[in-house]
Amino acid sequence: MSLLQPGVPAPDFTLNVTPSQQLSLHELRGNPVILAFYPADWSPVCGDQMALYNEILPEFRKASATLLGISVDGVWCHEAFAKDRHLHFPVLADFEPKGDVSRKYGVYREADGFCERALFVIDKQGIITWSFLSPVGINPGADGILDALDNLAR
Amino acid sequence: MLRIPVSDADHVQGNLNSAVVLVEYGDYQCPHCGHAYSIVKQVQQQFGDQLAFVFRNFPLAEIHPNAEAAAETAEFAASKGLFWEMHDAIYENQESLSVETLMRLAQQLTLSPLSLEDAWVKRAYLERVREDFSGGVRSGVNGTPTFFINGRRHEGAFELEDLVAAVDAAL
Repeated sequence: MSLLQPGVPAPDFTLNVTPSQQLSLHELRGNPVILAFYPADWSPVCGDQMALYNEILPEFRKASATLLGISVDGVWCHEAFAKDRHLHFPVLADFEPKGDVSRKYGVYREADGFCERALFVIDKQGIITWSFLSPVGINPGADGILDALDNLAR
Repeated sequence: MLRIPVSDADHVQGNLNSAVVLVEYGDYQCPHCGHAYSIVKQVQQQFGDQLAFVFRNFPLAEIHPNAEAAAETAEFAASKGLFWEMHDAIYENQESLSVETLMRLAQQLTLSPLSLEDAWVKRAYLERVREDFSGGVRSGVNGTPTFFINGRRHEGAFELEDLVAAVDAAL
């Protein structure tokens, strides 16, 4: 299965956001949502993707959009990662069944056991309006997300 | 592509009408930018007045707690006509970067550390720094340093030979 394309309803999911809390996509209906699938916590690069998004949160908020990071790492790993990097947005654990949500969005790498680096912008009705698959080793930045949010506002 | 064209509002070394304009989005606390600092100097030396260099702020403040204060300090120095002096001084003291270091550097450049502190408290230069940052994000900057050569993003490594080859290709 390949990357879900614009026009498709975003598959709903419920994932752990902390060891004791869960978040469902449908709870965010009514405002845009950005899904940022990424292969793994603890990327060593200066200005890694999640650190960048952390800085751009005010711009996402201007568009009333909620950013969710997703990887197959478990909740305790995410918690340590988010704390270390001072992340101010939720990172969800696609941990059990492993990669289930990634598969639904067409971004699971079976051979590797982790997900692609892929982005989705979902409108307030829950429809995917933009998706992007980045080479796994390349940080896609945020210009595409911001352009997609601009297009929603038009 | 660079979405915010270079202009007189930028910090520029050299002439914006030069054959090649090299733009760096940088973070004063990022070690890779510290590494790039001396490389850019060598590139500038090699190309002389064929090259203009522009520095724009891209502080990743959550992972580099002094990056924003450093960027504000350079903008504060710019208001007194000493941007590049401060830019260079910060990178040359990157390993000991702290609020105290920034105040000491201000003093060494005969700027008032008290005025600098005041500028930090009032966040007088933060808007300028954030504007650079937003423009960078819109241009696809995804980390630091990111270089643009005549408006096109430089992909890949930024060792001396890489940047020299890229500038050569743009001449």
